[in-house]
Amino acid sequence: MTELTEEKARIGAPSAASDVRRIAGMNEEGEQLSEINPASSPLAGEATKSHSHGGGVGIPDSSRAGRLTSYNVADFPAITGREEDWRFTPLKRLRGLDRVALDGAAPQITVEKSEAITVETVARTDARIGTAGIPEDRVSAAAWGAFAEATVVTIPAEHVPADENDVTTLTITGVDSTPAASHILVHAKKFSTAVVVLDHRGSAVVSENVEMIVEDGAALTVVSIQDWDDDAVHASSQQVKVGRDAKFKHIVVNLGGDLVRITPSARYAGTGGDVEMYGLYFADAGQHFEQRLFVDHSAAKCKSRVTYKGALQGDGAHTVWVGDVLIRKEAEGTDTYEMNRNLILTQGARADSVPNLEIETGLIEGAGHASATGRFDDEQLFYLQSRGMQEDVARRLVVRGFLNEVIQQIKVPALEERLREAVERELSAGVL
Amino acid sequence: MSTLEIKDLFVSIDTEQGNKPILKGVSLTINTGETHAIMGPNGSGKSTLASTIAGHPRYTVDSGSITLDGEDVLAMSVDERARAGLFLAMQYPVEIPGVTMTNFLRTAKTAIDGEAPALRTWTKDVKAAMAQLRIEPEFAQRNVNEGFSGGEKKRHEILQLELFKPKFAVLDETDSGLDVDALKVVSEGVNRAAEESELGTLLITHYTRILRYIKPDFVHVFVDGRIAEEGGPELADRLEDEGYDRYLAADAAQA
Ligand SMILES: Nc1ncnc2c1ncn2[C@@H]1O[C@H](COP(=O)(O)OP(=O)(O)O)[C@@H](O)[C@H]1O
Ligand SMILES: [Mg+2]
Repeated sequence: MTELTEEKARIGAPSAASDVRRIAGMNEEGEQLSEINPASSPLAGEATKSHSHGGGVGIPDSSRAGRLTSYNVADFPAITGREEDWRFTPLKRLRGLDRVALDGAAPQITVEKSEAITVETVARTDARIGTAGIPEDRVSAAAWGAFAEATVVTIPAEHVPADENDVTTLTITGVDSTPAASHILVHAKKFSTAVVVLDHRGSAVVSENVEMIVEDGAALTVVSIQDWDDDAVHASSQQVKVGRDAKFKHIVVNLGGDLVRITPSARYAGTGGDVEMYGLYFADAGQHFEQRLFVDHSAAKCKSRVTYKGALQGDGAHTVWVGDVLIRKEAEGTDTYEMNRNLILTQGARADSVPNLEIETGLIEGAGHASATGRFDDEQLFYLQSRGMQEDVARRLVVRGFLNEVIQQIKVPALEERLREAVERELSAGVL
Repeated sequence: MSTLEIKDLFVSIDTEQGNKPILKGVSLTINTGETHAIMGPNGSGKSTLASTIAGHPRYTVDSGSITLDGEDVLAMSVDERARAGLFLAMQYPVEIPGVTMTNFLRTAKTAIDGEAPALRTWTKDVKAAMAQLRIEPEFAQRNVNEGFSGGEKKRHEILQLELFKPKFAVLDETDSGLDVDALKVVSEGVNRAAEESELGTLLITHYTRILRYIKPDFVHVFVDGRIAEEGGPELADRLEDEGYDRYLAADAAQA
């Protein structure tokens, strides 16, 4: 793949030129912090201040440690588009989610589940609401102030699924295009294991808050599929609180919609937490898919792995990936790695990719990131065609292979199959 | 027997400085079962000839013809040429991200044969061919050419030659950048392919070294886009002693 961009990583004081390391594109194995930040380096110990690298450098609100959170929309100033958080989003296409009352009908939710799992519709006053996280931006806070009822999914303690296809699916269908608010809470109790799928379809203009609580020792997988109609606008803040020794796997799949902006945030409530975040997106002409994740390492000995992959085709297809990882001073023994790769299939598409790693302690296991955006080029096409493959077969082979790395992580055969089919559909609908 | 016939071929490329003629009247006939060595200095147009046979879109054929058993190769798309039995081992094979060798080999074999290979025998064949070329089994799960060394890329080109079983193979400097051990392994692979299926080989090389392991029936000296001299294997020996200076001097004098 032809390298289009290389992310420059800077760890350590901005003045230390020797700390500038290049990420050598797609084969990057990541940096081991221990190797480049020995105990004697400025990064280790007390000399260390919060710092960032990637796109956030020099922008006042770039540190995630200091970002405003509030349940009250009025606490957030109106969005101008100059904020670090909003600089890539086409505000005109938000259809008012940041400005108007979100009083439209929320998308309808139908449920498929096994008996042991409970799914309830509750009033906004329900005590369980508001326990996983506080809104981190204006659009999320607006939804928080506006939702009428919430859907609460509870996985009882020590629940074990019958088999690998035993998943709880909320099919979330948009019904009209009046700006609306939606609220979902997924609660995995102690030592339970479950997969919950949020399957967004139809058309909507909606700001959604998803709270996820993974209690101690539980293992929760949440798959959020955005397979909206072409005109949908969807902002979704998906916040998780990960308990002691709990495992959380998050998979974001963006396939359809005019503007989709998913902002997952993970926080650890105890030591030994393990977070895996995967993302797969396939943007066509004119679509804006934005994914901004945040992993807040605030507890010791926790792990995070982030893998997002995207394909783009068609004029005006635009994807944004921002990966904020913050290792706070108290998060000793943290082990984190984040990666984003984009494959641009045609002219006129654009992928922005910004890893942001802030490290406030030198006493960690490892911290690294890689970001690369490449183009499927004529030489690759020639190579595959010279091996007998027709042009469309060659292109499909490349895209399938590229995205399959994420699909195969889902480990729910029926769902994997559906996503492979969805990728095939994207491929045949596109210019390929 | 099949015949690949190149007749009075003129090829140019479009550069920023305008159209640049590269091949200036190349004629060459190769039958299956024959090995032809094309030898020439850097920049003489060897890769251009190879790429033109395979159908690379960058090269424009201004006149002349290429036929395979009378069929017009120039009228075929790149993939049609491969399915007709032409194979190019590239000088600089490209990396294909996200596609494992296993997936790639199966997809290509299916495309070339027009039907999927029987899974059991295919897997066995691939394993055996990899072992003979001293390719570690782990490469099956790696992405095509991604992070491969120069030598590993060349071995994988020959792996494809052995598995796809074309009628004609054009090997573009497969020997360049190989150490002696790798050169032997790769040469054995080419010889196996030739014995097994009456392959016609166009062996493009800058050096005579590989001709110790792959015996050519004919040698063509390529200078400035044309064949300057042709002969049997003895011509290679002469080149080994004298180099290309003689041709380059004549070329300069002519100009
Ligand atoms: N893509 C290209 N752009 C510009 N010049 C080229 C290109 N490809 C080949 N050439 C020129 O054509 C001539 C022949 O090149 P090539 O066929 O690669 O020779 P060889 O393989 O014998 O070394 C050289 O002068 C080379 O610079
Ligand atoms: Mg060459």
